[in-house]
Amino acid sequence: MSTDNITFGSAGAAASGPVADAYAGSRETTEGTVYTVTGADWDTVVRGVSGGRQEHVVVNMGPQHPSTHGVLRLILELDGENVIEARCGVGYLHTGIEKNLEFRSWTQGVTFVTRMDYLAPLFNETAYCLAVEKLLGITDQIPERASVIRVMLMELNRISSHLVAIATGGMELGALTAMIFGFRERELILDVFELVTGLRMNHAFIRPGGVAQDLPPGAVDQIAETVKKLKSRLTDTEKLLVDNGIWMGRTVGIGYLNLSGAVALGLTGPILRSTGLAWDLRKMQPYCGYETYEFDVPTQTTSDSYGRFLIRMAEMQESLKIVEQCLDRLTPGPVMVEDKKIAWPAQLALGSDGMGNSLDHIRQIMGESMEALIHHFKLVTEGFHVPAGQVYQAIESPRGELGVHIVSDGGTRPYRVHYREPSFTNLQAVAAMCEGGQLADVVVAVASIDPVMGGVDR
Amino acid sequence: MTEGNHGLESGGEVVPAEAEAAEVIGVRHGMFGVHGSGDTSGYGGLVRTVAMPGATPRPYGGWFDEAADTLERVLPSYGDAVEGVVIDRGEMTIHVRREKVVEVLQALRDDPLLRFEMSLGVSGVHYPDDTDRELHAVYHLRSLTHNRQLRVEVAVPDADPHIPTATSVYPTNDWHERETYDFFGIIFDGHPALTRILMPDDWPGHPQRKDYPLGGIPVEYKGAEIPPPDQRRVYS
Repeated sequence: MSTDNITFGSAGAAASGPVADAYAGSRETTEGTVYTVTGADWDTVVRGVSGGRQEHVVVNMGPQHPSTHGVLRLILELDGENVIEARCGVGYLHTGIEKNLEFRSWTQGVTFVTRMDYLAPLFNETAYCLAVEKLLGITDQIPERASVIRVMLMELNRISSHLVAIATGGMELGALTAMIFGFRERELILDVFELVTGLRMNHAFIRPGGVAQDLPPGAVDQIAETVKKLKSRLTDTEKLLVDNGIWMGRTVGIGYLNLSGAVALGLTGPILRSTGLAWDLRKMQPYCGYETYEFDVPTQTTSDSYGRFLIRMAEMQESLKIVEQCLDRLTPGPVMVEDKKIAWPAQLALGSDGMGNSLDHIRQIMGESMEALIHHFKLVTEGFHVPAGQVYQAIESPRGELGVHIVSDGGTRPYRVHYREPSFTNLQAVAAMCEGGQLADVVVAVASIDPVMGGVDR
Repeated sequence: MTEGNHGLESGGEVVPAEAEAAEVIGVRHGMFGVHGSGDTSGYGGLVRTVAMPGATPRPYGGWFDEAADTLERVLPSYGDAVEGVVIDRGEMTIHVRREKVVEVLQALRDDPLLRFEMSLGVSGVHYPDDTDRELHAVYHLRSLTHNRQLRVEVAVPDADPHIPTATSVYPTNDWHERETYDFFGIIFDGHPALTRILMPDDWPGHPQRKDYPLGGIPVEYKGAEIPPPDQRRVYS
């Protein structure tokens, strides 16, 4: 049986074939007629396809489609509006980060991993640093203040990531107000990140041994202020969507996947928790001192898109609770491990010409101690040695279990770093959630998985 | 090697005397990673073996003994299948022969005392100097029932990089095995559709192998060959 292929969104195919149309060009291939649709001329496609030759149509949705969460390509076989088969094409954003890591020192690796899942950069950094610290055996030497800053930034990041998940998910369903609200609130958090790390994303702030730099003056006040604002503003989104009939009509019962399906497919995060299992690595395998914070793990038993949405809403409230506890715990102290063979030699400070090594440190290495200069040079250029072995360290990212498998051969560079990305694993559920359903529900299901292609493709 | 096998002092890659069982993965000459510029460092004569932590004798400690005992009990071919158990940094790694990997994973998943019901994927590692064991596939498993985590490692020679697929036990390994094939060239026999997943379908070579360069690869794009950046035409 021959099928017709339809590509959405890619412009530029010459208009030729039976029906010449500026917006719906077609060309003949060995697989059948391929239509490239860039405008609103669905009628033309339907006229062309309905020649009575076949009943199934293969539609290429993406990789440039506005509702596929980035460069995700969905290959859908359709019978009318029903999805017969759904497959994912990934790899469009592959940048070889894991390979690059093998050619840089352990500390420089942070700069690469932060670019994987670009909506949760601080989680990528923390997972990597915790794994390196485990390899070094210095996990319990990390200063309290550094761990508190890590937890605080991660939880703020969880809120900003969930906000984007709900915002883009809303936009894809036509709820544009949800999109405006989500991005508006996220901006508050990005302002905090900019103040603390200097950048809105790609921070490279969390480093093996601690964090790059202490909180700047005024950060605590701004974070407290932001938490207060978020508390009131998150209720806006809640009022807008939670009991919204249209929103419920689109998401309730859509993208269904039960517990055994989720475990078989290795799904974690809100998808797993929407099946009723309260599995959260912050509770089950605590790291960074999560066992000392008070928070709940929200679950739902509906196993559908609406349940995942409710879980994300509730998790943002829990994260706010944790951030408040962090603010109470911030006592003055070091933010980098004591060990001078591992710790980055200098803290950054703001000078007259911008951010750089602190003047005290420059004075010491340039004027007072030759050994300090040699030490600084060796640590910054060559880096520290990490004893041979391998570890697997997992943390609970907004999308589920973010695992890092690091192998060291005892050198100053990672021998192999592998990220077990929750987005990558969770995307495998597309077929299970979408096949047999309607085309319009594919968008809902994919939005509830919340894949970030930077993380999928790495 | 029940304790003190962490070798945490700097330069910990030097093999301690008691670690005969350690898996040697290479030999390092000189220092600072300098090659081809003559012996300017004065350390050129230094030769050191690079080894991963070796097999751990019993008792393993914690729940590791219980898990190993259970696996030994439910798996008749335990002695045949398991090459060794490594306990390092509080994590357990079971080295398994490739013929038995599906059997071992099935037992790990199904036995009520083990119940590693969730797979966290497969990751590949390439050790070019580990003769006849160049390619390693590392399976990460998690038990939701017992809240435990375990690693199963399979080594295959580069000349015959075949491992039976684990997708029948853990469906989630589908994409992970495709990724490992894509980047390391390990062929998972019986996989439903073992194709490249992140690299383009017609990409030659397996980029995460150690002998594969970082960059410097000419790329074909829309019928034209684009040379690597350092070999392109310059206009200065």
